[in-house]
Amino acid sequence: MGKKVVEVKNLVKTYNGVTAVDNLSFEIYENEIFGMVGPNGAGKTTTIECVEGLRNKDSGEIKILGLNNPETDGDLRTKIGIQLQESSLPERIKVREATEMFSSLYPRTIDWKDLLAKLNLTEKVNSYFRELSGGQKQRLFIALALINDPELLFLDELSTGLDPQARHTMWDLIRDIRNEGKTIFMTTHYMEEAERLCDRVAIIDRGKIVALDTPQNLVQSLGKEMRVIFSLENDFPLENFKKIEEVTEVEKIGDRIVVHGEGEEFVYRVISLLMSNKMKFREIKIEQPNLEDVFLVLTGEKIRE
Amino acid sequence: MKKFFKIFTIEMKLFFRDFTSTFFTLVMPIMLLLLFGSIYGNKPTPVFGGLGSVDVSVPADFAIIIVVAGIMNLPITIVSYREKKILKRFRCTPMNPSMILFAQFVLNILVGFFGAAVLIFLGKLIYGLRFPGSIFQTALAFLLSCASIFSLGFFLASILKTVRSVSAVSFILYFPMIFLSGATLPSEFLPKGILKFSQFLPLTHVVNLLRGIWAGKSWGLFNKEIIILIGIMIFSVLISIKIFRWE
Repeated sequence: MGKKVVEVKNLVKTYNGVTAVDNLSFEIYENEIFGMVGPNGAGKTTTIECVEGLRNKDSGEIKILGLNNPETDGDLRTKIGIQLQESSLPERIKVREATEMFSSLYPRTIDWKDLLAKLNLTEKVNSYFRELSGGQKQRLFIALALINDPELLFLDELSTGLDPQARHTMWDLIRDIRNEGKTIFMTTHYMEEAERLCDRVAIIDRGKIVALDTPQNLVQSLGKEMRVIFSLENDFPLENFKKIEEVTEVEKIGDRIVVHGEGEEFVYRVISLLMSNKMKFREIKIEQPNLEDVFLVLTGEKIRE
Repeated sequence: MKKFFKIFTIEMKLFFRDFTSTFFTLVMPIMLLLLFGSIYGNKPTPVFGGLGSVDVSVPADFAIIIVVAGIMNLPITIVSYREKKILKRFRCTPMNPSMILFAQFVLNILVGFFGAAVLIFLGKLIYGLRFPGSIFQTALAFLLSCASIFSLGFFLASILKTVRSVSAVSFILYFPMIFLSGATLPSEFLPKGILKFSQFLPLTHVVNLLRGIWAGKSWGLFNKEIIILIGIMIFSVLISIKIFRWE
């Protein structure tokens, strides 16, 4: 792990007596994508906005890029880029004007034309903000967050409101940005997004971090069984599967067979058994536990959409 | 300065791209001038102390420009920037977000001066407008009026949270102000009861001051107006500083 870019210790923030963020501590290292996942209302935005210096904390310590007071240190703003969960621009501002205006606010910037090209917005430079689609608006906000070539990029609910296609394009884009050497602090309530994109994930629920690790470690910590699901053209006694030592359970749901089990060889053995008996199988699917399951186990409830 | 100029230029473009603000600030005062000019002409009359109808309505139309800019354009823009989290987005940059407010303030003053210049030009061209006062003194009275009414606009932007509510309040203030303050119909033609009520409208004092200075009267005759306008300004600014929120 590289050097620490963000250090948060015992962060507390309450609104009118309700505790939104309850004694959070975490660190973000250089050039990683750090994700904070959890349901809406878990305290993600409050946390990220305290680190950005947009909100005043009640207590705790925040150290960001070597600075101790994100709320007041104006110099910090030139080194970070922020995409807010919810923001907008005047309806009739053109894409070109918005990028030029934000460029003028920083002492050092990168060429906005290159940036718009990279974000696939070149055709839209002369369009009004209100004419852009949801995905285009989101890409424009990312462009504005990158215009000062920041060391640290904040993305709050990056892909909310995007269709699956646009979401995947966005993920590729974020990986590219990280590969250029930037550090990214993001929040999301999509477990899949955290699992696919983040190097390390903090799972947050009701203002507390309930787990913090790489997505792989979090999923493996469950040690949970996998499932092989398929359907067969001919009859095959289910007891045969139970002879495999890794198998824990076999069930038939409609015309589909679901074999539960765990271990590295589990899937291989189930399929070998079918092949050695010359059974033709269709629509085979292997399900593994994911972050969604981790959240379920840790908090005892499904993520609230 | 470069930052300010960039922001100012874009805010100006946005202003002229918006039909409502352009119409109410610049076009409607011209329509009023032409309407009343074509009805009453501009012959000198003792009612107006030897001036014509157009000669007194031009400075009164300035007041309409000021109230539209200050009570409508300014607070509606600021509240919409706050409601849409545009101000919050600027807080993420190294710029002090109050620069946006300042740009709006300067923009509306300059638009106001531009609108006033157009009225003077058309008045001269069509009705042979008379201007007994000094251009410098009138500009000064105009600036004082802007400062006072615009502060009131900031006050509205501070206490009202949504574009819906601020638009509603703007229109509720706008209509009585333009009709009862002497801005459209000269106060000489308003009934006594209404004149009494109109003392409570800030715009009445703007109209009185502008008409007086335009006609070449001395500032000393308008102590009451000046005190009221400065009072409105101090009150509005103090309260606004205390309760204004960026989000």
